[in-house]
Amino acid sequence: MFENVSRRQFVTGSAALALGLGLVGCGGNGGGESSGASGIKVGVMGPHTGDNSSYGLACLNGAQLYFKQLNADGGVNGKQIEAVVYDTKGDATEAVNAYNRLVQEDGVTGIVGSVLTGPTIAVAQASVADNMPCVTPSATAADVVTYGSNYFRACVTDPEQGRVMAHFASEQGYKNVATLYLSGSDYSEGVNAAFCEEAEALGITITTQQSYAEGDVDFKAQLTNIIATSPDAILVPNYYQDDGMIVNQARGQGYDKVFLGVDGWSGIYGGSENYADAANLHDCYYCCAFSSSNESETATKFVSDYEAEYGEAPTNFCALGYDAAMVLAAGLTAAEEAGLEAGTDEYKQAVIDGIAAGTVDGVTGSISYEGTGDPVKSSLIITFAEDGTEETFQVLEA
Amino acid sequence: MTEKRPIISTGGPQPAAGRRRSLSMPVRYAINAVLVLVILVLGELMIDGGAINRYQSTVLEQVGIYIILAVSLNIATGYLGQLPLGHAGFMSMGAYGCSIFIIRMSEVLGIGARDFVTGSPMTVLLVLGGLVVGGLCAAVAGIIIGIPALRLKGDYLAIITLAFAEIIRVVMLNIDSVLGFELTGGAAGLTGIPSYTSFLLVFGCVAVVCFLIHTMMKSRHGRAILAIRDNEIAAEATGVNTTYYKTLAFVASAFFAGVAGGLYAGCVGVLQPAVFGFMKSIEILVMVVLGGMGSMLGSALSATVLTILPEALRAFSEYRMIAYAIVLILVMIFRPQGLLGSYDFSLSRIIERVMNRDFPWSRKGAAPAGADDGKEASRDA
Amino acid sequence: MFITQVLNGLQLGSIYALVALGYTMVYGIILLLNFAHGDIIMVGAYVSWLVMAQLGLNPVLAVILSVAACTLMGVLIDKVAYAPLRNAPRLSILITAIGVSYFLENGAQLVFGADAKVVPAYTDLQTIQVGGLALSFPSVLTVIVTIVATVALTLVVQKTKLGKAMRAVSEDMGAARLMGINVNSTISFTFAVGSALAGIGAVLYAMAYTQASPTMGMMLGTKAFVAAVLGGIGSIPGAVVGGLLVGFAEVVVTALGLSVWKDAVVFLLLIIVLVVRPTGIFGRTMNEKV
Repeated sequence: MFENVSRRQFVTGSAALALGLGLVGCGGNGGGESSGASGIKVGVMGPHTGDNSSYGLACLNGAQLYFKQLNADGGVNGKQIEAVVYDTKGDATEAVNAYNRLVQEDGVTGIVGSVLTGPTIAVAQASVADNMPCVTPSATAADVVTYGSNYFRACVTDPEQGRVMAHFASEQGYKNVATLYLSGSDYSEGVNAAFCEEAEALGITITTQQSYAEGDVDFKAQLTNIIATSPDAILVPNYYQDDGMIVNQARGQGYDKVFLGVDGWSGIYGGSENYADAANLHDCYYCCAFSSSNESETATKFVSDYEAEYGEAPTNFCALGYDAAMVLAAGLTAAEEAGLEAGTDEYKQAVIDGIAAGTVDGVTGSISYEGTGDPVKSSLIITFAEDGTEETFQVLEA
Repeated sequence: MTEKRPIISTGGPQPAAGRRRSLSMPVRYAINAVLVLVILVLGELMIDGGAINRYQSTVLEQVGIYIILAVSLNIATGYLGQLPLGHAGFMSMGAYGCSIFIIRMSEVLGIGARDFVTGSPMTVLLVLGGLVVGGLCAAVAGIIIGIPALRLKGDYLAIITLAFAEIIRVVMLNIDSVLGFELTGGAAGLTGIPSYTSFLLVFGCVAVVCFLIHTMMKSRHGRAILAIRDNEIAAEATGVNTTYYKTLAFVASAFFAGVAGGLYAGCVGVLQPAVFGFMKSIEILVMVVLGGMGSMLGSALSATVLTILPEALRAFSEYRMIAYAIVLILVMIFRPQGLLGSYDFSLSRIIERVMNRDFPWSRKGAAPAGADDGKEASRDA
Repeated sequence: MFITQVLNGLQLGSIYALVALGYTMVYGIILLLNFAHGDIIMVGAYVSWLVMAQLGLNPVLAVILSVAACTLMGVLIDKVAYAPLRNAPRLSILITAIGVSYFLENGAQLVFGADAKVVPAYTDLQTIQVGGLALSFPSVLTVIVTIVATVALTLVVQKTKLGKAMRAVSEDMGAARLMGINVNSTISFTFAVGSALAGIGAVLYAMAYTQASPTMGMMLGTKAFVAAVLGGIGSIPGAVVGGLLVGFAEVVVTALGLSVWKDAVVFLLLIIVLVVRPTGIFGRTMNEKV
């Protein structure tokens, strides 16, 4: 029925196919690289395909929305921003390749990215030699900004979020707190470790630390352990899909006390899907930089603009992407106003200095830097109304 | 890929004595060695001269790393005829072993990260030492899993290697809390790895690895391994120590994967256990299967194509994985032996043909149609 | 707490067992580790989501369509990808199975996106009271369905004509053909049964965990696969015992507070069992003919 193909036929066939694909690819690339003489090229990278693509695409949407608005307002110093977008697939190797390509082939003057911690650390190490100004929307590991002065982030770190929630727990008077984190995730483990350390320093007893593995959907065994220690609150420092399942299963097991979360919770309800039932979201608090419930002027404008552009409500990641683009643009403005020539070392340094010295009024709060790449910014404690919509419970000033 | 072209010098069909002119072994090796050197020097000059920029040279380094991974998996898959699904596990052992060794030793010796870029003799020694340590770590893992695993056959071996790679991943994640000090960095990853990987180092390693595998496979030991693949019971009956040779092939495969892991660590600069999951093992397997199980040139070729193509086709990255899957299925259905089957390129063979004025086109009609596939099958037999 | 953990283990084990039955059926007949089996479950869960959340139709219809889609999918995969390779080396067909699995996962990601979809509840019944204990309805249903499926499957294989044909084909495909058994339709039937079980598994999974994601079949499939091999692949009681063993192993490790090592323990268990008994607990030792 099926004739095996001989080697010559196969080689010829594959060569033809590869050639065809290559031509199409070149055509595709050629179309994308319309380098305007007066434009400023910036790179945007993140995981746009693969398991983590929802985070990468959210950041990308946010960043592109900002650049679009900026260009409509006349751009930076009269020059249009031109974003070159590359996918990292969430892989460190791909991220380094994307970075090198942005710098060497496309000649960008600054980069927004990458999104996940691992790839961002790889890029951070590679970018030190170039002194390339980079702003990551969302890589929260402490390491990211430590390699050189050229790397900034728009979000707060894992340890910082852990500490914020520990203080929140202490203020609310929770005496016994259990945690359930994702083993193997730098984000989840990082928050968990910082929370436990800070909480114990504040006199809170950590009754148990439970973990689960990537891809797990049944948390009942861990939750049984946790409930047996009768905690006042459970810290769940994970992303919204897992959080939703955990909350539902815990409520199903009769746990009706408090859940504490961090910014990965953004999107658990009211986003593309409702990952937890509204009835189960009572007494849940998470700290976050942005919520669509935020009533500040910049935030409400961003929400309506974003909905007009993409037809859905923005999540925390979208807002961070938007702000990261804003931070980078502020640096570029400083360099442009100094009248420097793009691509030179002075220009890059001017962008970096511009970011470090400036203050940006972002949708996730006002962002400034005090000598490091870590932002000084406010955060919000979000909770949920009875119908599941988010409410701002508390604003924590920087 | 030209870089590995010179390494292979299979004898080819033995000519009738006296009638064909042939090259002596030392001459063959000399030709190939000179070619390797020329290519390495040429590549390095092009990088130094700026003809190849850093983006391109980094992609080339990755090509080299994947070539080593593919040819090393090829030992177990193509030559031994087993299906290990845990190659990424060995790669991670090598990556962690090598980078931890280099980080710790450079602390002891007082070498800074900058020195690796300039490449003093001390750092060169340290990096080579690190690669060997990485390879040994992987080889030890290969022995640990190899000896029990090789009692099993076929599917069961595939599963057990998959299981072992997952165990390695979990251990890398959690070993720090057991040891009580920081070794692998857990989920946050191992950072601060100096960027010691360079074009010269990678392709030097490619040349050495291909040479070692080639000589091993052309030796008595290699023939024993091929005999096990073709028929294990028959091989055992003719006195081949199957357990020994299976373990040997397995450990060699693991060792070279470890070396590639070490190079990978230096290329990327950060290691997270999640990178070395089942996906990575499959990625390497696809390269071997596509290139032709049992063909070093095939593995190298498909490693090259599959590393460069996604870079060239960034616009289509969404469809990359699905295209991989479809290609894998189609190749299995229409050409189960892969791109090149077990064919391997030999420069010496071509030179000999030229010397003997024996060209394919001058023999048309003499070779019956369809001999192509028949020849492949019989060559290694 | 002890009783709760036992129930947790029972539910988890039952899901694994149900999925492992599908692996075992297919392996028993064509000696193929059907890597794509877990992904067929993913397809089933997405069908439920489509029918209920997108089209707003009846849950009963969702169950029927999910099982039907999985059955069809299984047979289709066999016809397209595996049937051309009946006489090919085992390695080729195993690699094809991996290819199919990747195709389904990445295809789903392309069509539905990487984010999980929430499958609406099939029923309002969430807990049932049994002698003072509040039991989760999906858990109880999962356990019952697994028992019923195992018994039904055993009866089909042992008592029906088709079951006889299946056993004959698994014994010796060539001889079965000579005896007038339609080998191809028997294999198709096996795939249909195995995939229908996956469909049932998909419904139970979606009922208990409420989310469908492109990679959900990966971990579930791998664990069930481990369960099937552990119990002795090709054996129906083996699949059930293996599934329960894996489920309980996970719960015990977690209950001991060592949850980070959970996956490692499951895989270690597999290695140990295979080293001691190379064909699993209930596996038949096959002597290779020279």
